[in-house]
Amino acid sequence: MGHLILSESVTTAVLDRWVRSFAALVADNKDHLTELDAAIGDADHGSNMDRGMTAAVAALDEARPASAGALLSKVGMTLVSTVGGASGPLFGTLFLRMGSSLGDTGTVAATDLAAALRAGLGGVVDRGKASAGDKTMYDALAPAVDALDEALAADVPLAAALDAARVAAEAGRDATTPMLARKGRASYLGERSVGHQDPGATTVALLLEAATRAFQP
Amino acid sequence: MKKLINDPNDVVADALLGIEAAHPDLRVDHHHKIIYRGDSPKKDKVGIISGGGSGHEPLHGGFVGLGMLDAACAGEIFTSPVPDQMQAATKLVDGGAGVLHVVKNYTGDVMNFEMAAELAAAETGARVVSVVTDDDVAVQDSTWTAGRRGVGVTVLLEKIAGAAAEQGRDLDQVADVARKVNANGRSMGVALTSCTVPAAGKPTFELGETEMELGVGIHGEPGRERLPLASASEIAELLVEPILSDLPFTKGDPVIAFVNGLGGTPLIELYVMFNEVNKILSGHGVTVARSLVGSYITSLDMAGASVTLLKVDDELLSLWDAPVNTAALRWGI
Repeated sequence: MGHLILSESVTTAVLDRWVRSFAALVADNKDHLTELDAAIGDADHGSNMDRGMTAAVAALDEARPASAGALLSKVGMTLVSTVGGASGPLFGTLFLRMGSSLGDTGTVAATDLAAALRAGLGGVVDRGKASAGDKTMYDALAPAVDALDEALAADVPLAAALDAARVAAEAGRDATTPMLARKGRASYLGERSVGHQDPGATTVALLLEAATRAFQP
Repeated sequence: MKKLINDPNDVVADALLGIEAAHPDLRVDHHHKIIYRGDSPKKDKVGIISGGGSGHEPLHGGFVGLGMLDAACAGEIFTSPVPDQMQAATKLVDGGAGVLHVVKNYTGDVMNFEMAAELAAAETGARVVSVVTDDDVAVQDSTWTAGRRGVGVTVLLEKIAGAAAEQGRDLDQVADVARKVNANGRSMGVALTSCTVPAAGKPTFELGETEMELGVGIHGEPGRERLPLASASEIAELLVEPILSDLPFTKGDPVIAFVNGLGGTPLIELYVMFNEVNKILSGHGVTVARSLVGSYITSLDMAGASVTLLKVDDELLSLWDAPVNTAALRWGI
C-alpha cells in the first residue's frame, strides 16, 4: 500500500479547486473574520481577505496557469497587490513560496505539497518574524504543516492527511484565544488581547478546510 | 451610520476624484491611488513619498506639494497600501537623487513598504531609504510588541524632511533629518468616541457616554486603558506627563507643540486643550517655540485628540519655518 501512497499526486485542477474553495470560505466567513479583528485589531481582516481572494479567483478565470507553481504564485502576487495591511504580504508570501517550491510541474506528489506548505510557512516567518505562541497565523499554520508531514510519513492517504492538518489548524486556531498577542496591532493591547481568537489563525484554518474539500479523491 | 458617501466601497476612489478636482497643482494616478506633485519628478531633488491606510486625512495626500511630500499612496480605509503603489510612486518622483519612504510603524505598513523598496530597487535601481516613525508613548516599546506606533510626529517629520529635500540636501542627509525628528518627538492620544469604518457600518468599539479611552492609536484599535471622562485640564495632564517623562523633555527645552484632532472634535475644543497643554509645559519650563493646532492626522470621525511634542534646535526650527504649499499646510509662500 505504501507504494500506492507514494505515487499519489494531484493535478493543477485540484489546486485551482483549492483556491476557489478557500475564496468561497473566506467570503462566507467575511463578517466573522472582521468581527474577530474588531476585538483585537482594526476590523478589516474579513473584507481585505475577501477582496484579495475574489481578485485571485478572477485572475485564475482570466487565464489558468498551466503549472502548479505558476498557479499558486499568481494567487500570491494577486494577494500582495490587492489585500494590503499585514495580511497581504503574509498570505501573499505564503502562496508565493508554495508556488516557487512546486515549480513548473503539472502534477504534484503528496510529499511535494507538504514541502510546499512548509516552504510557505518559512516565508510567513521570514516576513512576519512570528514564532509559536505569539497569537498569529503561525499558531495555526505550523501545527498543520507538522500534522501533514507526520500523517504522510505514516502512509496516511493525502485526503486523510490533509484532514489531520485541518484538525491541527483548528486546534491551533482555538489555542490562540488565551494567548497574549506579541505581534501586529493586537500586541498594542497587551493583556487585553487575551480571550480573543486570532483572525489570521482563523483564516489559516479555513485554508486547510478548503484543502480537505478540494483534495477529496 | 450617517456619512456623506455614495457607496462604502467607493469612498477612497471618490475622495481621490475630489482631491484632483479641488487641487489643480496635484496629479492623481487613480489606478494606483497615488496623489503626486504636478511637477514630478524634480530633477536632482530627493523624492519623498509616504502613504498608509486612508481615513487619516489630511495625512498623507493633503501634505503633497512644495516643501513637503512628492507623493502619497492611499490604501483602503485603515489598511496599508500595497507594494505596487509605493513602487509606482517611487518611480514617479525619482529625479535621480533617490527616494525617501516615510513609514508609520504598523506591521502592515512596514511589510508593504519593505516589499515595495525591494521591487523598486529590482525594477529601476532606484535608491530608497526608509524612515519609520514610532512616537506613540502609549505603547510599551519591547521585543514583545510590534513596537511603538507612528502617529503625530509623522506630520512634523514630513514637513521638516520635505524642507530639507527642497533645499537640495542629498538622500542620506534628508534621511538623517527625518530620523532626528522621530528621535526627538513623542505623542499620546485620547478617544472620546469610537470611529465608524464605512464598510463596517457601525462603531469599531463601544465607549460609554461617561468613558474615555486613553492611549489610542489612529485606527480605532483600543487604547491603553479606559477611564471615566475627565475635564480638558485633567486629560491634558494624562497626555502630556507621560510624553515629558519619556524623552525626557527638561527645563529650557524648546519644542514644537502639536495638538491634533482625531476627526470628530471641533477646533474650539482643540484650543481649549492647547491652553491646558501650554500651562503644563510652562510649569515644567518647557518653551513652546512653535505650535500647530488642528486635525492633521485623524481617525475618521473619532472624537478625541492627541498631543505631540518635538524637541527642536535651530536647524529643525528653520526647516519648520521654510515655505510649504500643500492642501493642508501652507505658509511662507
